[in-house]
This record gives sequence, structure tokens and C-alpha cells, in this order.
Amino acid sequence: MTAATLPRTATGRFWALAAALGVVVLAGLGAAHFMEEAGHAITGMNNRIVWGMPHVFAIFLIVAASGVLNVASVGSVFGRTEYKSRAPLSGLLCIGLLAGGLAVLMLDLGRPERMIVAATHYNFTSVFAWNVFLYTGMFAIVAVYLWTLMERRMNGYSGAAGLAAFVWRFVLTTGTGMIFAFLVARQAYGSALLPPLFIVMSLAWGTAVFLAVQAALYAGSDRTIPPEILRRIRNLLGIFIAAVLYFTLVYHLTNAYFAKQVAFTRFILVDGGVYPLLFWGGFFVLGSVLPLVLIWHPRLGTPRSVVAASLLTIVGAFALLYVFIIGGQAWPLEIFPGYATSSTFADGTIAAYAPSLPEVLLGLGGVAIALLIAVVGLHVLPFAPQDDPEARAKASASA
Amino acid sequence: MSEVNTGRRQVLAWGAAMAGVALAPGVTLFELAQARSPEEAASNKVRWGMLVDVNRCASDCDACVTACDQENGLPQTKTPTSAQWIRKVELKDLRTGATKSAPVMCQHCAEPPCVDVCPTGASFKRADGIVLVDRHTCIGCRYCMMACPYQARSFVHEPVTGQKPEVPRGKGCVESCTLCVHRIDRGGTPACVEACAASGHKAIVFGNLNDPNSELSQRIAELRAAPLRPDLRLNQGVRYAGI
Amino acid sequence: MINRQALAGRATPSVRAWWRTVVAFACALSVLPAMAADAPASRVPAPTVAIAAPGKCVEDTPFMLRNHMELLKHHRDKTVRDGIRTTQHSLANCVNCHASKVTGRVTGGKDAFCESCHKFSAVKLDCWDCHTDRAQAGLAAAGAGK
Ligand code: HEC
Ligand code: HEC
Ligand code: HEC
Repeated sequence: MTAATLPRTATGRFWALAAALGVVVLAGLGAAHFMEEAGHAITGMNNRIVWGMPHVFAIFLIVAASGVLNVASVGSVFGRTEYKSRAPLSGLLCIGLLAGGLAVLMLDLGRPERMIVAATHYNFTSVFAWNVFLYTGMFAIVAVYLWTLMERRMNGYSGAAGLAAFVWRFVLTTGTGMIFAFLVARQAYGSALLPPLFIVMSLAWGTAVFLAVQAALYAGSDRTIPPEILRRIRNLLGIFIAAVLYFTLVYHLTNAYFAKQVAFTRFILVDGGVYPLLFWGGFFVLGSVLPLVLIWHPRLGTPRSVVAASLLTIVGAFALLYVFIIGGQAWPLEIFPGYATSSTFADGTIAAYAPSLPEVLLGLGGVAIALLIAVVGLHVLPFAPQDDPEARAKASASA
Repeated sequence: MSEVNTGRRQVLAWGAAMAGVALAPGVTLFELAQARSPEEAASNKVRWGMLVDVNRCASDCDACVTACDQENGLPQTKTPTSAQWIRKVELKDLRTGATKSAPVMCQHCAEPPCVDVCPTGASFKRADGIVLVDRHTCIGCRYCMMACPYQARSFVHEPVTGQKPEVPRGKGCVESCTLCVHRIDRGGTPACVEACAASGHKAIVFGNLNDPNSELSQRIAELRAAPLRPDLRLNQGVRYAGI
Repeated sequence: MINRQALAGRATPSVRAWWRTVVAFACALSVLPAMAADAPASRVPAPTVAIAAPGKCVEDTPFMLRNHMELLKHHRDKTVRDGIRTTQHSLANCVNCHASKVTGRVTGGKDAFCESCHKFSAVKLDCWDCHTDRAQAGLAAAGAGK
């Protein structure tokens, strides 16, 4: 985003940005309407790939929502002032990302107009239903947390609220991971490693989103991030990226050697066409190795390279989720072990999937919802980080 | 209603008598004994199930599939987005190279993963063991399709017209083999079973798993039929012999 | 328009207090249009549709006017969940009697029975996405008392 192409004043910039995001939101809603009218036949999804591009976007947004709160947690739970001044922004982004992700999930339903059924008919054995509860709870807890942060009289409770949010988001991400971990019959899923993998993914992706938004915010208001703070968060991002890499590796190793799913692992990592390409090119090189270099190379680690590292981490996240969600479904179910199978229902074959425009627009609409909430929030309330010593002193005095 | 039924049974009985098959009269007797009155709710005294005898199933026959499509008003063209409640799977033994063929449909598990994961409780198991989707509360999230180990469920990807009055179905919901619940409830058997018998293969047997004397239970014992993927311990209502 | 069809339904015993609040709120919201609709329902121009099987409805006409939606939902759950197959309150049965003599259908145009006053009351049913709106020749409709 070059400041030159944008209107001069902060208000002018706000309206331009809000309008641009609004257009994307509308495009997403239009796509959802089209999908509902014509049916999911117009998407790339089918009876084998039942969750497609909307779920890649939605799960990214929801997982990142939980992770983006990490900055606030470090401030509130571990009492680090420089993080604390970032807690409001972190909470705002959490609410935005969560809202965007849930909007995509809901609009992708076959019968979105029956959403109220999900609230009135509740099956307590369903991980999915637990998640509905976890997500709504997350909104409430973060809203209260933000209140304690921004309302001076409530500041005394911000530690407790921060702790509650900290615990809740671990449960939430575990819950998201369990959606897949419970699918015992699918070789890609049904692994006890998924909940911890989702937690480290949330930390990395949330931190990346936070850094990217913070950079845009500082650039937009012609401020610079204090180098010390940048260095800290940058290091955090590096550690989280490395942790995701490690867990992903362990996940594939256990799959291949212990769960005896060599064929599936081979498919995802070696000969599965687009999936290994995205895994190695998208997730491994662009989304992990390159960001690590940008962060920790002695001659790099500058504000610019940190922004680049954050954006690349997000690109890598999408690549990994695509491989995980769509690649995982593309691999056929083993219904008749010991037999090669074929049928009119694509038994025994790798399922084909090509994302369609409406699906991608719906997903982008969710991203735009998240950003729009952040942009509007930042415009109307003092969510932006305060780093000048005077403001910080005031903030800590009132806390 | 009841007239229609007795008439149909009569035809069945005649057909069986002419073919001189010992089992059909058994089925008829059994049906008469079990038929519920319309006011009576399905009960767990009965557990409906099926046996697929793979050795009797022919590769070049898809009578069960055609019958299912006809009965339930399903699309005749098979695309990746069309509903397929039953499909013929061609099998090739990886060691011997021998080929077989078997129909696969909803396995009507006693511990159905689809029911466990359904957020609204739209996926449910009826008292008599039939696993169904209540399409009035299904929101179309497709988590059940992710959870099903047999890929037995279909999502309705397009608007539907010209439905059968007894088999309502429409866009945006997940559906699968209902074991022809509308036929069972008036004392009948699933369409695929009838068609398979009519084709002369008699590879599918339908009956009450709870009754040790039912033809189904006896044939399962005799052929040592097993569920698909027994390692998943789902206690399916559909068993396979010859796999 | 709040989807009352989705609201009423099988009550899950395990709905927690937390959800009850939400549900109560949603119900409170849904009652508003219902209260608004109940009164004018009697003022709704009675459908002047020539139906296939004139005579008596499955319950008193005034009762049907007010409660046909609840009847249908109740019967729906009993049929789908429990396999109870009585015909008196079944949707297929309504369609068989109420189909237009001209088109054989209960929807399609303002002269169609089910659509006539729903259009007036701005009720939009999703039933016909799945259920046929045509009378079945083979199925004899069952009136009251059967
Ligand atoms: C005399 C007018 C009238 C006729 C005829 C009529 N309805 Fe209704 N119907 C109503 C009114 C009024 C409502 C209530 C709307 C509300 O409460 O919001 C309603 C509501 C319903 C509902 C619940 C809608 C919802 O969203 O919850 C169903 C289902 C329904 N009608 C089915 C039928 C069927 C099927 C027929 C044809 C056999 C039919 N109705 C004929 C007046 C009528
Ligand atoms: C998404 C598809 C779908 C929609 C929409 C739908 N139904 Fe159904 N309905 C079904 C299915 C499937 C059955 C089960 C049929 C069976 O088991 O024989 C059913 C059964 C019923 C039954 C019991 C059978 C009968 O004929 O009486 C009733 C009553 C019923 N539905 C009412 C309704 C009403 C009222 C609406 C609209 C408010 C509606 N349904 C909307 C799919 C649908
Ligand atoms: C045996 C044929 C028959 C069946 C079955 C039947 N109806 Fe009726 N229904 C009638 C007749 C005839 C009337 C008009 C009675 C009158 O004018 O007093 C009527 C009246 C009504 C009315 C009131 C309309 C008005 O003029 O005020 C509603 C609403 C209605 N029916 C709904 C239903 C529903 C819903 C079902 C299915 C549960 C159903 N009916 C089944 C014959 C039938």
C-alpha cells in the first residue's frame, strides 16, 4: 500500500480503505448468494471434496484469530508492558478474524437460512457443536477483555480477563484441531497430533497477521515501530514458524512410519501433483524457510523484511491448509483393504478439485470482513498501540 | 394402504412359489409378523440390516443401483456432484488379481460417526437401527460426509425437481440410503433387495439382525459375513460375505 | 422474516441454560410476527380455490387456519424420527386434497391453495424445495376421523 496513492488525511484514507474492503465484502456476499441459488454444483466442491476453498479461508481466519490474541496474552498474562499497549489491537483483530471466519463457514452451508437450527438443536457429542459454543464464547470473553483494557475503571480486571481469554483460546484452537482429529476413518486426519499442531499454527499465523496489520497501521500514520519491540515480536514469530515446521514434520513422520500410511504421505509429499508442490514450494520454502531467513539473517530483520516474513508466513499458511484440507480429502478412503477399487463414485481414485471463483470470492469476503472490522474499530476507538513513553506511563499508572 | 400391501405380498409369494425358492415364503411370513401399524413407532426390538453376498454379485449387473435411483427419484447420470445412495464398487484383489463386485451404501452403523459429529442432531439413528438425515434440521455443513468411513453420503448440489412424493429431497442437505424407510414402514423391503432378487442373483438379503432365526441372521452366521472395516468397531447393519 | 419452522421443533433435553436464553430471546422475537399474523389470519380472504377433493378438512376449519403449521411440524417429527406413518396430518395428504383442480398443484400462482394466503401473509415455505406440490393420483386422501 503506497501512501502516495491514498488520500492525504487520515479520515480520507479510512474511507478509501473501508470502501475498498466493503466492495470485497459485497462480492463475497454476492458469491454466497449465487452459491445458495444455484447450489454447490457451481463450486469446485463435490461429493468427494466436501470441504473446499471456503474452509481453507475459514479455518485460516479462525486459527489466526486465536493466535493473534497471543500478543495480548503476553502483555496481560506475563505482564510485558510493550505487549500490553498492543493488547487492544490484538483483541480487535481477534474479533475481526473470528467474525470473518465464521461468516465464511456459515455462508458456505447448504442451508444458511437455517443457522438458527444450529442454536436451537444442539448435539453435545458433536465436536462441531462444541466449536459453535467455543466461538461464541470467544467473542464474549474478548469483548469483556477489551472493555477491561479500554475502560479505565475496569482496568483492574484486565489481568483476570486476559487470563480467561488466554485459556479459552487454547481450548478453542484445540477444538478446531479436534474437528479433524475425530475423523478416524480418514488417513490425513484422525491424529492426536492435530490439536497441538493447530495451536502452534495459530501462534505463528496470528503473530504474522498482527505484525502485518501493525506495519500497515504505522505506515498509514507515518510512525515507526520502536526497534526493540519489533525485535521481540519478530523473534516470537521466528520461534513459532520453526515450531510449526517441526510439528508438521513430526506429523508426517508419524503418519508414514507409525500409522503405516506411507502411501498417503508419499502422495502428499512426493507424487501428488499440486499437493507436494504447495507443500514444499508454498509452505516449506515460501512460508517457512524464507521468513526464517528474513527474520534471523544478520543483515536482515529490518522492519521491511519482517513485514515480508509475515506476509510469506500467511501465504505458507494457505498452502499448508490447502494441502491439509483438500489433499486430505483427495486421497481415497480405504473401504476394502487389500483390494484396488473403482466405481462411478470415484472409489479408489484421487478426487479432482478445482477451486471456483465464487468460492474464492466468498473466502476473500471473509478476509475483508475481518479487515473491515479492524479498520472501523481503529477509526472509532483508540485500539492503536501507544508507544510514546508519556502515553505508556499514563496507561500503566491507570492499570 | 393395507390393501396395497397385501397385494404386493401376494405377488411376492406367487413369484417365490413359481421360482421354487425356499426363502421367499420365509420372508413373507416374517414380514407379516413384523409389520407395524401406522400409528406404532419404530422400536428397538427390531434392528434392520442387510447381507451382501459378494460371491453372488455380478460385475455387469447394476440392478440394485437402477432400482434405488428409480425408487428414490435420484439422478440417472453419475457425476462427482450427483447423489449416489448406492454404488457398485469393482474390486481387484491386490495379491491374487481376482476381481469381484459389491454394492456399497450406508452401512447403518450401530455407532454411526455421522451421528456423533452432526452439530444439530439432524443425523440420527432410528430405534430400529436405520441411520437417517432429518432434512428439516440439516444445515448442510457436510461434517457427516467427512466422518463417514464409507463415503456413503451425498450432498445435494443442485435444485431438485420432480421428486417422488414418498421421497422428498432437495438442494442444500446431505442424504444417503434410507434403507427405503418408507417401504419398510409399510412392511416392505428395500428396492435394491427386491431388484437383486428379481435379477436372479439374490446377493442382498434384508432382515432383522435382532432375530437369530431370521433368514438374515442365519445366512450371516453360515457365510461368516463381516462388516466392512471391522477395525473401526462401528457394528454396521450391513455385512459382507466373500470379501 | 424469522424462520419459525426452524425454531419450533424437537426440543433437545440437553439444551443448556445458556442456550435457553438465546432460544427464549429468539422465540420472543418470533412470537411478534405470529401474534401479528394470527389476528389478520381470520381476515385473510379465504382461498377461493376449487380444490380437488372438497368436503371436510382433517380438523375443524378454524382450527386448521390457526394451527396447520404446528400440526405439520408435529407430524413431521413423528414420521421422520419415529416412523409413525398415519396419513391424517401428513403433508402428502394435504397436497392430495388441496391441489387445484386446474393445475393439480398446491403452489404456483396466487390461486394455488397453500400459496394463496401465504403470499398475502408474506410467509415463504421451503417445503416445496423437497416435497412435491402435486396431488398423487394413486393416493386416496384421508379426511377427518380416518
Ligand atoms: C387460510 C390461509 C392459509 C392457507 C390456506 C394455508 N396457510 Fe399455511 N400459514 C398461514 C398463516 C397465516 C401462517 C402463519 C405465518 C406466521 O405465523 O408467520 C402459515 C404458516 C404456515 C407454515 C409455517 C411457516 C413457517 O415459516 O414456520 C407452514 C409449514 C404452512 N403454513 C403450511 C401450509 C400448507 C402446507 C398449506 C396448504 C395445504 C397451507 N399452509 C395453507 C395461512 C395459510
Ligand atoms: C430438504 C428437504 C426437505 C424440506 C425443505 C422439507 N422437508 Fe419435510 N420431509 C423431507 C424428508 C426427506 C422427509 C421424510 C420422508 C419419509 O421418511 O418418508 C420429510 C417428511 C415430512 C413429513 C412427514 C411425511 C408426510 O408426508 O407427512 C412432513 C409432515 C413434512 N416433511 C413437513 C414438511 C414441511 C411442513 C416443510 C416446510 C416447512 C418441509 N417438510 C420441508 C424433506 C424435506
Ligand atoms: C380430505 C381432504 C382434505 C385434507 C386431507 C386436508 N384438507 Fe384442509 N381443507 C379441506 C377442505 C374441504 C377445506 C375447506 C373447509 C371449509 O371451507 O370449511 C379445508 C380447509 C383448510 C384450511 C383453511 C382454509 C380456509 O378456507 O380458511 C387450511 C389452512 C387447511 N385446510 C390446511 C390443510 C392442511 C395443512 C392439511 C394437511 C395436514 C389439510 N388441510 C388436509 C380438505 C382437506
